[in-house]
Amino acid sequence: MKVRAQIGMVLNLDKCIGCHTCSVTCKNVWTSRDGVEYAWFNNVETKPGIGYPKDWENQKRWNGGWKRTKSGKLHPKQGSKWRILANIFGNPDLPEIDDFYEPFDFDYDHLKSAPEMNAFPTARPRSRITGEQMEKIEWGPNWEEILGGEFEKRSKDYNFEGVQKEIYGEYENTFMMYLPRLCEHCLNPTCVASCPSGAIYKREDDGIVLIDQDKCRGWRMCVSGCPYKKIYYNWESGKSEKCTFCYPRIESGLPTVCSETCVGRIRYLGVMLYDADKIQEAASVENEQELYDAQLGVFLDPNDPEVQAAAREEGIPEAWVKSAIESPVWKMAMDWKIAFPLHPEYRTLPMVWYIPPLSPIQNAAEAGAISSKNNMPDVQSLRIPVKYLANMLTAGDEAPVVTALERMLAMRGYMRSKTVDGVVDLGIAKQVGLTPLQIEDMYKIMAIADYEDRFKVPTTHREQVEDAYDMRGGCGFTDGNGCSTGSSGKKIFGSRKFVVPTGGAR
Amino acid sequence: MHEFLFGIYPYIALTVLAIGSIVRYERDPFTWKSSSSQFLRRKQLIMGSILFHVGVLAIFGGHLVGLLTPLAIWDALGVSHGAKQMIAILLGGTAGIAMLAGGLMLAHRRLFDARIRARSSFADTAILLMLLVQVIIGLMTIVVSLGHLDGHEMTKFMHWAGGIFTFDGDAASYIADVNILFKLHIFFGLTIFLVFPFTRLVHMLSVPVRYLWRPGYQIVRTRKGKN
Repeated sequence: MKVRAQIGMVLNLDKCIGCHTCSVTCKNVWTSRDGVEYAWFNNVETKPGIGYPKDWENQKRWNGGWKRTKSGKLHPKQGSKWRILANIFGNPDLPEIDDFYEPFDFDYDHLKSAPEMNAFPTARPRSRITGEQMEKIEWGPNWEEILGGEFEKRSKDYNFEGVQKEIYGEYENTFMMYLPRLCEHCLNPTCVASCPSGAIYKREDDGIVLIDQDKCRGWRMCVSGCPYKKIYYNWESGKSEKCTFCYPRIESGLPTVCSETCVGRIRYLGVMLYDADKIQEAASVENEQELYDAQLGVFLDPNDPEVQAAAREEGIPEAWVKSAIESPVWKMAMDWKIAFPLHPEYRTLPMVWYIPPLSPIQNAAEAGAISSKNNMPDVQSLRIPVKYLANMLTAGDEAPVVTALERMLAMRGYMRSKTVDGVVDLGIAKQVGLTPLQIEDMYKIMAIADYEDRFKVPTTHREQVEDAYDMRGGCGFTDGNGCSTGSSGKKIFGSRKFVVPTGGAR
Repeated sequence: MHEFLFGIYPYIALTVLAIGSIVRYERDPFTWKSSSSQFLRRKQLIMGSILFHVGVLAIFGGHLVGLLTPLAIWDALGVSHGAKQMIAILLGGTAGIAMLAGGLMLAHRRLFDARIRARSSFADTAILLMLLVQVIIGLMTIVVSLGHLDGHEMTKFMHWAGGIFTFDGDAASYIADVNILFKLHIFFGLTIFLVFPFTRLVHMLSVPVRYLWRPGYQIVRTRKGKN
């Protein structure tokens, strides 16, 4: 047993209102720079839709994630090491920037500087790459917002696999949900595995996956390797960048920016203890539908004294072991089993999990009654098809998703009965295999969702790993080369000169 | 002048190449990269880049082996000068044509694709054009070489290259009477060495072959024991 700790995240999709506050605050902090203006370390997609970048979930097209060979070994789906090196001159699995979108700005300056004309001046779009005017904006970071565009195009959504999707194009049967996405900080990351330079690494102490900007050579294999397409090639600096899980904040015991600013209070952060020795085996399980269970098997119970002792032996700080016991992520993933990994079939063992959303009862009105069993609506009659959610969260296995949805419905039923009727309904709790105590805890954490309950982030003990005396006069976060900004005017080593594409005010 | 260009200039170029590269790697590793533009425009890149790189690598290897392997070894192997000349023409010619074709595609893309053009530094465009000119001169020398297939002419260059690396003061004199095309080719090649550390060419020094024997796939950075 090799105990490791990671700060995991859970997103309660049942409460996501699709406001994009997470995306915008993240962008303002991390990617408001040239070369990554197209990149959203956090983005929110409306589902069903093909997403951002286009069709990212379709690994037949992008070859992201892992492939299990007949002998049970894993190698990146884009190819083993030899194959990846052979593709280094031209990477066949690399998306183009247009698959995300061509970054643009508007000619705002024209609005105030235009001469007198017959027509009102307009602010036309201008490419942030070439600086030239764009005739038409073809695609954007959230082009399918609230089911924008034709169903025909959106229905290419990979999660429709095995679903009779035509009827969901009809107005009466339409459904939608939001899917906020960020780097999954996987236990078995394909980006790390695909990097020929060895520039990407997972941090042992908190599990955050980062790219060493000084070691990255821009071979761009990680972009293809990541099945979530959450590695972004900075076309200005020629290096790849990704979500940092706001590690400077996490180290100080603060939630990530996306979590902190989430107005729907859907995000949870907490320590997960896991057994690093089991990762390989869990990721190599033959049946894709068993991968979710296999990942559950990698997690270690923080209440188990043996695990605690082993964790201490590995040098995991006491505060982290304690925090793991209170972790909302542990409760949701392991205790209540209502949170699931996003696309476990990619075999990356992701660490950002999702609680599936409940949805209005389908056709309830016209049927005159809601089909129900024991006072609880049948989850199969929910507007969002269970199969669709299962394709997204459990490689198509509906049973765990059904249980989770039932537990959430039971929580509602239980609390309604308790607060409205003043009756504690033990039956409904028992029916979904939970105790009343567990349900009330669920209610406190999921429905009330106080800040203190959502975020259990212990501080990193930096004093144990670095000598603060050496850090005096340091310069915080930079892109390499010490405190230098990386540009010293006329550069001897030929960085491109700075170009303002909008031709003026910024 | 001849003495300077082929006796002294090589040392200047090689020194700048070595020291410049080391300084850049040490001082500004953030700029050390391949500068791939595939992400901005895939068109013409895959085919162009593969042809170009495979061609360059073959030519680079050919020059290295051909110029720096002492004649005695070739003689011991029983490879006659004429045979060596033929091999050089055939392999070099094929690789040169691949490099030229790929390079033209890349140059067309770099100069005429609005995105790539807007996002190219002077060095990016200049080094590509320099390499193209160099390969064209190189291919032209084949015509001259066809005139003396006995390989005697070629041995002069081997003496010269060997001389440079063994600090032979007379190295330049060995190629005093060769065709002007060869002289141009050598001068241009040395100039590419000279500008090497200031261009994206540095990425060839970090060819990630170590990836092949890196243990396993995953990399975990630990902070333990760093006190």
